[in-house]
Amino acid sequence: MGSALEQDRQAGAAPHARRRTAALPPALEIAALSHSYGSRPALRDVALSLYPGDFTILLGLNGAGKSTLFSLVTRLYAHRSGSITIFGAAIDEDPATALSRIGVVFQQSTLDLDLTVEQNLRYHAALHGLPRRRAEMRIVAEIARVDLAKRRGDKVRQLSGGQRRRVEIARALLHDPKLLLLDEPTVGLDVEGRQFLLDHVRGLCRNEGIGVLWATHLIDEVGADARVVVLHQGSVMAEGTVPEILAATGTASIREAFDALTRRSERKP
Amino acid sequence: MTRLALDEPIALPALRLSPRHYARALEGIVWREWLRFLGQRGRFFSALVRPLVWLGIFAAGFRFTLGVSIIPPYETYIPYEIYVAPGLAAMIQLFNGMQSSLSMVYDREMGSMRVLLTSPLPRWYLLTAKLLAGVVVSVLQVYAFLAIALLWEVEPPLWGYLAVLPALILSGMMLGALGLLLSSTIRQLENFAGVMNFVIFPMFFASSALYPLWRVKEANLWLWYACEINPFTHAAELIRFALYGQVSWTALAVVVFCLVLFMTLAVLGYDPARGMIARRGGAE
Repeated sequence: MGSALEQDRQAGAAPHARRRTAALPPALEIAALSHSYGSRPALRDVALSLYPGDFTILLGLNGAGKSTLFSLVTRLYAHRSGSITIFGAAIDEDPATALSRIGVVFQQSTLDLDLTVEQNLRYHAALHGLPRRRAEMRIVAEIARVDLAKRRGDKVRQLSGGQRRRVEIARALLHDPKLLLLDEPTVGLDVEGRQFLLDHVRGLCRNEGIGVLWATHLIDEVGADARVVVLHQGSVMAEGTVPEILAATGTASIREAFDALTRRSERKP
Repeated sequence: MTRLALDEPIALPALRLSPRHYARALEGIVWREWLRFLGQRGRFFSALVRPLVWLGIFAAGFRFTLGVSIIPPYETYIPYEIYVAPGLAAMIQLFNGMQSSLSMVYDREMGSMRVLLTSPLPRWYLLTAKLLAGVVVSVLQVYAFLAIALLWEVEPPLWGYLAVLPALILSGMMLGALGLLLSSTIRQLENFAGVMNFVIFPMFFASSALYPLWRVKEANLWLWYACEINPFTHAAELIRFALYGQVSWTALAVVVFCLVLFMTLAVLGYDPARGMIARRGGAE
């Protein structure tokens, strides 16, 4: 999968052509998804597609519905309308298959602070049914990749915020998912920590064909190579590559485009 | 090289959950609870102090005001300490069950709950495994308590120590399931003080843990009814009889029934389609 994507990229193929050659179903496909808490709507008729190798930014202000979307895709909540499929597996019909293909980093840290880095990862590997030997191999590989090999025996409490995030990414990838979801992963990190995370995750898309959905409210995290989904008040306002969105909104920067899109919706009743 | 038709996406193989996967997850969940237990030994000892205070101070004062007649499973007149010890063992499990299950809410453990619930195994299994892991710790606490209770001449037959194990597992699971049910449904019980006042104390005092029910019946018929329908009474009796190598079939039936009932409701509570969490957005 990764090599096919690489060939396409080298040939300078357009994103759509790239996806068709890959011949894999979308890593994540959401259609007509709505959700509400009681009478308060949180998501309205959301649709988006994300293909292997895509780095997609889910851009929205706080309260736009990003975390709700994540909770529905990871089946913490069940959706009542619309559909969510992960590489063709519907999350409500075959949750086990769908969940086994997802790696997720939640907005709030979900690590056990009093366990070591390694112990946290072993627990996750066990939940995903990785045989012990394979788990050990994967742990060594993923910890090394986020540059924390020397800290594997340290308690998570002793790590900095940025290092904890890196552990969470290593953990999310232990079971070899091909879809990675990250909910505001850079919140509270310094510039260096943010850059490491962005570079690392972009590398995963590029080199391993992992599809990434990266939710953020920070516009400067949108790189030129990203696909962007603008979510505002529970609705998708725009979806496409950066140039596509700029063209559609007639703006010069993604910040202007975002302002235009969110203002436009606010004018509507 | 064969080329695939472009419009026909490759179907990836579905995941088949194997018995091995189930076993690995259970092992992982129990192992994590064990590590947390090792890391919080202070909590273990403070949890032991509570029943020992009851046994050493309360029971010493109370023994002269309460005559205990010969009631099964006991075959002779017994000092109060011997009567109250199984009830205190049940109390350890009550506190433990509430604490470990409610910690999912009030310790903001929803975080680690998410890791658990977004793994591929079915939710009922993950929650049961988590309960079982909590019970392992509470059973250890009970045995430590029983060992120290030897100083007060609480000396059940040796094989009673073995016979009590299944009773402890069942009652621990039942009380843990109750905690899990509360954590999935009642948002207001986020602090432990609330749980103490509204759940633990009423359950503990309106039960056979501290006094035999025939005394309660003499004193107040309504209180006796309350004690009789209290599942904690039956947990305490199950443990009491088992410790003396006997089975209280009524207690066993009530404990198993309540375990199944509470667990079913708790799983429904955590069910993404039906549960309270989805309705109110609890895991935000």
